[in-house]
Amino acid sequence: MVRPAQASRAGRTTGGPGVNPAEMPADRTALRPVVAAAVSTRRGIELLLLAFAAVITTGALVLVEANQNQELTLTLLYLGLAYLALFAAAHVAVRRFAPYADPVILPCAALLNGLGLVMIHRIDLAKAANALARGNPVPDADALRQIAWLTLGLVLFVVVLWRVRDHRTLARYGYTAGFVGLVLLGLPAVLPSALSEVNGAKIWIRVGGVGIQPGEFAKILLTVFFASFLVAKRDLFTTAGKHVLGMTFPRPRDLAPLLIAWVVAMGVLVFESDLGTSLMFFGIVLSMIYVATERSSWVLIGLVIFGAGAFAAWTFVDRVQVRVAAWLDPLSDPASATYQVSQGLFGMATGGMLGTGLGAGRPDLVPLSSTDFIFTSMGEETGLIGLMALLLLYCLISTRALRTALAVRDTFGKLLAAGLGFTLAIQVFVVAGGVIGLIPNTGQAAPFMSYGGSSLVANYVLVALVLRVSDAARRPASDKSRPEPGAAPTPPRTPLAEAHTEMVSRSGAAGGAEVDTPPHGQPTPPRGRSRE
Amino acid sequence: MNTPLRRVSLVVMGLIVLLLGQATWVQVVKADEYKANPYNQRVLLDEYNRQRGQISAGGEVLASSVATDDRFKYLRTYANGPMYAPVTGYYSQVYGTSGIERSMDSVLNGSDDRLFVRRISDVVTGRSPAGGNVALTIDPKVQQAAYQAMVSRGYEGSVVAIRPQTGEILALVSVPSYDPNPLAAHDGATQRNAWNSLNPNSSDSPLINRATSETYPPGSTFKLVTTSTALEASMITPQTPVTAEPRITLPDSVTTLENYDGERCGPGPTVPFSTAFTKSCNGPFAQLADQVGADRLRAQAAAYGMENPNLTIPMPVAESSVGELGDGASLAQSGIGQRDVRLTPLQNAMITATIANGGIPMQPHAVGQIQGQDLSVVDTTEPDRLARAISGGTASTLTQLMIGSENGGTSGGKIPGVQLASKTGTAEWGASPKTNPPHTWYDVFGPVPDPQVAVSVIVERGGNRGDDATGSSVAGPVGRAVVAAALQQGGR
Repeated sequence: MVRPAQASRAGRTTGGPGVNPAEMPADRTALRPVVAAAVSTRRGIELLLLAFAAVITTGALVLVEANQNQELTLTLLYLGLAYLALFAAAHVAVRRFAPYADPVILPCAALLNGLGLVMIHRIDLAKAANALARGNPVPDADALRQIAWLTLGLVLFVVVLWRVRDHRTLARYGYTAGFVGLVLLGLPAVLPSALSEVNGAKIWIRVGGVGIQPGEFAKILLTVFFASFLVAKRDLFTTAGKHVLGMTFPRPRDLAPLLIAWVVAMGVLVFESDLGTSLMFFGIVLSMIYVATERSSWVLIGLVIFGAGAFAAWTFVDRVQVRVAAWLDPLSDPASATYQVSQGLFGMATGGMLGTGLGAGRPDLVPLSSTDFIFTSMGEETGLIGLMALLLLYCLISTRALRTALAVRDTFGKLLAAGLGFTLAIQVFVVAGGVIGLIPNTGQAAPFMSYGGSSLVANYVLVALVLRVSDAARRPASDKSRPEPGAAPTPPRTPLAEAHTEMVSRSGAAGGAEVDTPPHGQPTPPRGRSRE
Repeated sequence: MNTPLRRVSLVVMGLIVLLLGQATWVQVVKADEYKANPYNQRVLLDEYNRQRGQISAGGEVLASSVATDDRFKYLRTYANGPMYAPVTGYYSQVYGTSGIERSMDSVLNGSDDRLFVRRISDVVTGRSPAGGNVALTIDPKVQQAAYQAMVSRGYEGSVVAIRPQTGEILALVSVPSYDPNPLAAHDGATQRNAWNSLNPNSSDSPLINRATSETYPPGSTFKLVTTSTALEASMITPQTPVTAEPRITLPDSVTTLENYDGERCGPGPTVPFSTAFTKSCNGPFAQLADQVGADRLRAQAAAYGMENPNLTIPMPVAESSVGELGDGASLAQSGIGQRDVRLTPLQNAMITATIANGGIPMQPHAVGQIQGQDLSVVDTTEPDRLARAISGGTASTLTQLMIGSENGGTSGGKIPGVQLASKTGTAEWGASPKTNPPHTWYDVFGPVPDPQVAVSVIVERGGNRGDDATGSSVAGPVGRAVVAAALQQGGR
């Protein structure tokens, strides 16, 4: 555990002056060379935004309690304090290990997480009331378990920031990450259903009472793998083939990696009955290839083969057909087949523009209202306005990650940040789009909000990685040479500012085949240029 | 690689915009439709926690929500449940709603736009939000007389009474009826038992509102429409001689059509039309229908309000229709209210009320006022004149013909000193029309010359008289009892 006492003290002392980042005093700048102070760390802004997130979360909680006629219990107070302490600790860790990191991402995640916790708690109350009315034993509170998962998630967040001092070291483990990721992705498909199937989707590994969704971790590992793979094999993807319709198509023989990704995506779709993971996985691959190659032909090919595969799956797989039918007409069988989707839509419609008010709706009527369908729960109680705010928060996190990709100077960092940012966006698209009827429903957790450990823990690892890259992007060159306290003993590297040849620094490279790629300098070469 | 990064950012924003668009579609554009879906329990659950408005008639509270101490705060209770059930309908957590409970739901639950200002003031003044009240045009005395007249004789069928000048529905009875109270119980098992005991899937279920949702062959009461058509076309007067033969051969066929019991209409070869009307001889009316033709007959029926699938009072009323009028034979049979002619009792009462009102049909309605929580008037239903159906001359001729019919009848229950005008009907129905006990009808209004009420009565399957039942002997006394009750009120 991080030291919570110190965390909250740090929170208090820097809260006030943090209003104006230019006047950040400080405990840290004092230790630094003068030149470093020229670039603000913007940690004060982060703290202010975190405090803002805490205020909104507290307000939401008070509303729920008021509308549910609950008294503020001591347990709830502890929950609130735990939330504050955890994010204060996370903030201190960012200050210490990634002082130049993006100040917006963590508060956005904290706010989504806080509102998610409030909603989970609110549905706990409804479940307890229902159980009492029926004379059943009151189920355990999910909110408490979610706090435990949050704790684990933030511990991993700190560990990642602490152990991974330079994101480029991850490139060394690219193939390992790829292998483990693929195993995690495929494992539920080969496990017996008793161990892997929950609510019809084979995306779980359940041992004892605890279930994890390995796909959540696979997405990060695979993003790391693709980033390193694309850096290493960039030539393969940029070699020009035919020019058609103003687009440069790759040579057919170079399509193999994309086809392998396609096969994996289709396997996930068919054997795990999970369009969400499939779409997400393939979307990540496609976006990263596009970013690496700048060729829209890859996107075109990818979309065509994915569309064809999805169509084939729809034609031959019954489960997929059921979900597509429920999507096309969500009200066709509201008593059974489309019960869940239609109840979600009813909830949102009942909430309307302004919502019923937190704690005043009936989100518990929707099955899985605190996990897969938390978007409709939020839509019902906070209305269209609240739902829009939540979606924009996700948009903010994702675009901040992509902005980080723009700012960072090494190719691996760019691809990693872009991949992670896009991962989050497409996951939100798949989950929210599924429950509000934009695409067929799949059954995945909303990042940061849904009840469920795997998603929460994995997404905090994702945030930690993005913060690590953004710290590298904004860190002034002069600050680079200063050894960080407790830094992993890495050999001295070329300062980042001078490393914009976009090659991964392979000092002491362990994994990954070395390809002697000529420097690929800025500005970007004209599209379609083939290298001889 | 910054250009594709910017494009990917745009894609991300595009995805979010798609989600925002879809959320708007669900929560704004389709919101009302989804919200009103019967599978959406939220609205009902929410309503159980609010005081629903009451339904009243003539100062009597028929349905109200009373505070309870279980997990739903209010229980819907019905005073005199079975008598008023065809009007109030039921309000069930499991089985949904019907009647006024359904049609006036937005007022009763407080969401109606007309209550908007009050809702705001509720919020400002901190009053607990509650629904508006619905005051019906039903006259409790008339409703009670009609209900008792049916139930005490063991009849099944329907009675509808309308004030001719305004279209206000004074009585709307459907027998057998049911008690809506157990359907509104908070206990699911009570609701289920009550529901199942009402044979919800049977075509004969008490849940079916016979006055508005059931259509019957009108029999001889439809001769009012046939006669109207002929009078409007100036093809006939009360003195016109018509056939007196006991049976005629239908046009375009070899089938014969005979009078009730095969009686002659008169001793000679012909009788005046007024006599044929009084005796309700079938032959002349069948020939008359053939003479006026299908188009004019259908047009006249439509002018009386038939052939309208969208009539609401505000409960939806089943469409009354003259049906197929293909050949001469079917046209002739339709002219005496058989074949495919189908009317709701409410429609038959509308026709009677139109004649009573000098030929102008008034929009029938059961809701008189919408009131706020504090019984202040929010909206009053104004009488709505529809397009004239028949001329004043035709109306007064028909009235005279109906007086002859009433005075020629033999059954009891006449009101001393009150001149009524009526038409009876005895309609064959079903697969074996000659052996089924007939449905009996009685359309009446009075007093002439200043009619205060128009009534249509149907007693299914001959009431207690079996095969010998006629409109005059079975339905007549019921109708006259209803008129008597209405007139005791002094006509408003």
